[in-house]
Amino acid sequence: MNLDPKVPSGPLAEKWTRHKFELKLVNPANKRKYSIIMVGSGLAGAGGAASLAELGYEVSCFCYQDSPRRAHSIAAQGGINAAKNYHNDGDSVFRLFYDTVKGGDFRSREANVYRLAEVSVNIIDQCAALGVPFAREYGGLLDNRSFGGAQVSRTFYARGQTGQQLLLGAYQALERQIAAGRVRMFARHEMQELVVIDGRARGIVVRDLATGQLEAHLADAVCLATGGYANVFHLSTNAKGCNTTAIWRAYKKGAGFANPCYTQIHPTCIPVTGEHQSKLTLMSESLRNDGRIWVPKRKGDTRPPNQIPEEERDYYLERKYPSYGNLAPRDISSRAAKQVCDDGRGVGPGGQGVYLDFSEAIQRLGVAAIRERYGNLFEMYERITAEDPYQVPMRIYPASHYTMGGLWVDYNLMSTIPGLFVLGEANFSDHGANRLGASALMQGLADGYFIIPYTIGDYLARTRHAPIKDDHPDVRAAVGAIEARLKRLLAIQGKRTPTSFYRELGRIMWEDCGMARSRSSLERALDRIPALREEFWQDLTVTGEAGELNQCLELAGRVADFLELGELLCRDALERDESSGCHFREEHQTPDGEAVRDDERFCHVAVWEHAGEGKQPVRHQEPLEYESVHLATRSYK
Amino acid sequence: MNLTLHVWRQTGPRDPGRFVTYQATDVSPDMSFLEMLDVVNEGLILRGEDPIAFDHDCREGICGACGMVINGRPHGPRERTTACQLHMRSFRDGAVLWLEPWRARAFPVVKDLIVDRSALDRIIAEGGFISAPIGSAPDANAIPVRKESADLAMDAAACIGCGACVAACPNASAMLFTAAKVSHLGLLPQGQPERHERALRMVAQMDAEGFGSCTNHNECQAACPKGISVAFIARMNADFIRARVVGGRRVAAVGEGGTG
Repeated sequence: MNLDPKVPSGPLAEKWTRHKFELKLVNPANKRKYSIIMVGSGLAGAGGAASLAELGYEVSCFCYQDSPRRAHSIAAQGGINAAKNYHNDGDSVFRLFYDTVKGGDFRSREANVYRLAEVSVNIIDQCAALGVPFAREYGGLLDNRSFGGAQVSRTFYARGQTGQQLLLGAYQALERQIAAGRVRMFARHEMQELVVIDGRARGIVVRDLATGQLEAHLADAVCLATGGYANVFHLSTNAKGCNTTAIWRAYKKGAGFANPCYTQIHPTCIPVTGEHQSKLTLMSESLRNDGRIWVPKRKGDTRPPNQIPEEERDYYLERKYPSYGNLAPRDISSRAAKQVCDDGRGVGPGGQGVYLDFSEAIQRLGVAAIRERYGNLFEMYERITAEDPYQVPMRIYPASHYTMGGLWVDYNLMSTIPGLFVLGEANFSDHGANRLGASALMQGLADGYFIIPYTIGDYLARTRHAPIKDDHPDVRAAVGAIEARLKRLLAIQGKRTPTSFYRELGRIMWEDCGMARSRSSLERALDRIPALREEFWQDLTVTGEAGELNQCLELAGRVADFLELGELLCRDALERDESSGCHFREEHQTPDGEAVRDDERFCHVAVWEHAGEGKQPVRHQEPLEYESVHLATRSYK
Repeated sequence: MNLTLHVWRQTGPRDPGRFVTYQATDVSPDMSFLEMLDVVNEGLILRGEDPIAFDHDCREGICGACGMVINGRPHGPRERTTACQLHMRSFRDGAVLWLEPWRARAFPVVKDLIVDRSALDRIIAEGGFISAPIGSAPDANAIPVRKESADLAMDAAACIGCGACVAACPNASAMLFTAAKVSHLGLLPQGQPERHERALRMVAQMDAEGFGSCTNHNECQAACPKGISVAFIARMNADFIRARVVGGRRVAAVGEGGTG
């Protein structure tokens, strides 16, 4: 497996500029002769499709939702980082770069992260020009807030709906190109297979979810912007439809899968209420700007929160991490919550919760100011829990939220399959072992608006493709394989629903490969998952037919892929015998419970290669070389 | 809790459709409405019956995918709440519920409670954007925006495109949806160059899709899960009238949505 990261030479700050000059260009008149497939319509997908169409390429864009505007980027609440230094508080491109590398626990590729920080400023400009109604101050200039893992105010926001507004900006740019005839949009279409011909990605097989028909679409290059795989935990903050199928199919066709064990657990989500739970809801990290997190000092203290006096409360983040306090990074905050709950000091039903308390902020700033900052989040909390957070503290608990791992890409965002590009959360590139808040939106738009338009041209300009048709044997084989798979799912006629298998997989993943992992828990998971998968293929029941709208079949196909991915995730977690960022191995911690990295053995990207059905995947390494930062022990104390 | 559900079942756009009755038993008040349907569907699958098809995705009230008429009200009884955020504690034990898809000529039924809302995308495609090609933007602070304008634009931009306004309107009009976008962009300095053209074109597309006219029933505002105000409709009408008087560019000459 060729893992040349293709990082340009030269000083860190000049790499991207130099690289852009060295990339080959496609003549404007020739661009319309090239076709590009974009799978996904979130920030990376819609942003990329619109940008590529504006350049003149012929673009086809696919999403499983009924409209591209519904991609899960829309649910991001808190904000987007950019090194604008509008507040004169010492921010810079280098500081955003450094914070991101450090936040990722020194497990990301330096040059990629620097580029991300560099283009962050252009993103804000572009979004404002597209009409994103960012929060403003009375002078008419942009407002900022603070986010975890940073000591400067660099997060731009649009109330608690930043993801929605950024996505609508990208979606509207995309619709403009659709109206102009430069993007063909296929909503309610789900990618089922990647078509690889002569070693190059040349197309995809999709299922029209409204009719059940399979279609092959062919192009000169394929981009996957299909998001992360946090739904492997069944309960996560992701939308119900988010799935791993697109990247998993690509992996099985030869794309390397990098760091699958780097999955982020978000500290501030609404706790689970019962067996029926279908998903978890996140409460934006921005709440930690004004909310204080605490639990009772005494175990099993069941008094209502307002009857627990100040001196009997443990503001454990402020106590353990005085310089970052409630804004400690996500991995650290989540583990700290788990520790106090494991210690018997959790609150709410089952003791699986901690308080996020706004009473002090309300006293200091008034209800009106808090309502303006977080009104929609407070309303959402009240709807779900029937408790009023203006009166009683919120109860929160960590939940699976984001995946830093994903398909391996080089500096050009190209996977190990030539012609297959991977954007946004679907790739592994920028966040290392832990992503900082307000950086996912930044990466999605950076990849879509400002990176893929440059790098894909270089690939197209260097590549001569023979035209292919739908009846090419490799295309027919790809369609045939999917037809057979759907038939097989429908033919089992067993006794268990797709959801029941999904829930069981989620429980295994959460218990054995969640916030804390150990050799024994991972070995147990590696026994349990293949057994569950076998049972799935023998005892599943799916109603209806393949040739119709069939949500039961859609879910069955997604769960089948999660059952394979879950195993790879645990295997990667087992092999990475260190703690780094969100990957916390119980064997590797300091006496006070902080993660201990092993830079000697694990300062690399683990890249997995599919070796065939029933065979063990092969683990490769891309060494991480740090030229500009010193590998330090992360401290937020 | 136990509930009786009368659910609209329709196999496809050409099937006439009918109500089918199901019992939802042992429902927890902490369940969301869609989780209650999940449980009903699990039972149907185990009996080998076709589960009830409904659109849903984020289940936190922001993607706009879900939507069904519950006892005659889009998204159900709770104000400013999508069906996915509606919890069963909003109903009493023994309640009888009638579930229907959005009903509008411009939203053909795909299956059961799922309708085709692509008409809304086509309205946006006609002008619900600012033509600012990627890479062309000035510094974000180069153009100050009055806080009041930015806040009001955000109120309008909060629309999730679910289509409840259309379902609630006796004329199946999409005025609130269209007005929200016209207002969001028209309130910002960046949206001024295309302002008149935008109002003309989006209204024309709205009509072409078969949505009805607005006769000021205000049902749309009552049904909107994001509380979008009908005042934006007045704002759009003002833009539209001004555009008719001042005259935008001829619609036929705007093939690629230029800079206005």
